[in-house]
Amino acid sequence: MSGAGSISAEGRGARAWRWLREHAVNIVAGLVVLYLLIPIAVIFLFSFNNPQGRYNYTWVGFTFEHWAHAFSRPELTEALLTSLKLALLATLISTVIGTIMALALVRHKFRGRRLANFLIVIPMATPEVVMGAALLSFFLIYNAPPLGFETLLIAHVMFCISFVVVVVRSRLIGFDRSLEEAAQDLGASPFQTFRLVTLPLIMPGIFGGAMLAFALSIDDFVISNFNSGTTVTFPLYIFGAAQRGIPVEVNVIAMILFGTTVAAMGFATWQQSRAEKMASVRPEQEATSVAMPGAAAA
Amino acid sequence: MTLRRRIVPYLLLGPGTIWLLLFFVVPLYYMAKLSLESGVVGSFEFTWHWANYSEALRLYDTQLVRSFVYAGAATLIALAISYPLAYTIAFKAGRWRNALLFAVVAPFFTTYLIRTIAWETILSDDSPVTKVLHAVGLAPSGHVLATSGAVIAGLTYNFLPFMILPIYASLERLDVRLIEAAKDLYSSAGQAFWRVTLPLSMPGVIAGTLLTFIPAAGDYVNAQFLGGAGNQMIGNVIQALYLSQSNYPSAAALSFVLMALIMVAVVIYIRFAGSEALMGDESR
Repeated sequence: MSGAGSISAEGRGARAWRWLREHAVNIVAGLVVLYLLIPIAVIFLFSFNNPQGRYNYTWVGFTFEHWAHAFSRPELTEALLTSLKLALLATLISTVIGTIMALALVRHKFRGRRLANFLIVIPMATPEVVMGAALLSFFLIYNAPPLGFETLLIAHVMFCISFVVVVVRSRLIGFDRSLEEAAQDLGASPFQTFRLVTLPLIMPGIFGGAMLAFALSIDDFVISNFNSGTTVTFPLYIFGAAQRGIPVEVNVIAMILFGTTVAAMGFATWQQSRAEKMASVRPEQEATSVAMPGAAAA
Repeated sequence: MTLRRRIVPYLLLGPGTIWLLLFFVVPLYYMAKLSLESGVVGSFEFTWHWANYSEALRLYDTQLVRSFVYAGAATLIALAISYPLAYTIAFKAGRWRNALLFAVVAPFFTTYLIRTIAWETILSDDSPVTKVLHAVGLAPSGHVLATSGAVIAGLTYNFLPFMILPIYASLERLDVRLIEAAKDLYSSAGQAFWRVTLPLSMPGVIAGTLLTFIPAAGDYVNAQFLGGAGNQMIGNVIQALYLSQSNYPSAAALSFVLMALIMVAVVIYIRFAGSEALMGDESR
């Protein structure tokens, strides 16, 4: 009686052990996902906190107060607007510059291509603190433009370009050139081909590069800290506020930014799947239209 | 026409090249010049003062070593925990794949500083996490903040997506038939992993470790918020010398020392770990 019981217990133990071994990878993966998401949950939770003092580190009580008055701190709102303006401009400039660079690198063979590739990779392999310090050395010597929005914009475009090139290039490498040839066979000018065929097809890549540039720019603290002068961006505001206690509104705004980015990501994914459909449908249509007259003739 | 075709790539490259030369390469030249200046704060002069370098190495060797130890530890931990997740997303996630990929990039959508400050909250003395760590003996003093562990945990967290995504990308492109072939030829699951899957994913592992190690070695945000006076990294020193003490020559010299040491580490690493793996990437 007791023997049978211990056998089945042993069997259960062995089965549990086997299950654990089979799923060990998934369990570790699950824990890592938890690790990735916990801080975001904490930021979200503490955006509803109602701290008594200036420090938003311990949970006191639940309130919607800070969501209702998310933009009640003028300095914070101004810092956010500066960051948004900076990120939009830096994204616009770096996306245009980066896209045409990627086009040159993928579509053309020319002398100095390796050098150009090297120039693009090296900023990504340089620690931010070094880039920030180097730019500051440069701006200090010339003292023009004075440290502020312009120097921030220069710096942000500089570190975004490489990332845009890398993202757009990966999209261009998998590009089916026969679609462009077809357009030209049908009488499209090079510019029309670019505008009506190439651009729509690489749009997801450009959009992805732009999203990355925007995220890098709006999130940048280290390089901005060196080159901002008296201009305050959202991350710089947080850094300054950290010493005297970070207002809860910072968490609220961080969550609003989070939600907006998630929505933009969703849109990008949707657009990409649409572009993929477009690219995959065309050759088949072409194939059938070519096959039909052939079949009729036979 | 042929002339025009030959000029086109240079025209396309022009704006970006000029921007990167003017605002990346030229600033490095000015920083190099600055690193050889001497004098007192406020009036530095260029005097080929190489002593800035030896002095920087002598005064801040602890922080330099610490930066590389912390960055190395964070990179190893990140690799150890990223690989299972990347593997699950690539091979086992099925319809959960996009949701998991979203979880991986989600931290990027919250500001870097806020993420780090969230860890400050999570690891503060009266948080449940600290109490659990204390109970299991991982935090004997009852404190986690202001220790090496806290800084390494923060570094690991903040650069984790840079590790996961390249590994995932190389696993996702991997030809599953090769693993099946290994199993058909009587390899065990473990052998198939060590001799087929892992070598084929090496380009991702190498890219991931570099993308984690380089920013981690130069980081100063994690040490600032999660570390104490005894956990300062070389980034903190550079930042303080530049922005608080206006000691530009020393800060510039230290920046170059950091950059050079990272380059050396990267070159050694690639020699050691990877010409084969990188060639594999090239042939694709």
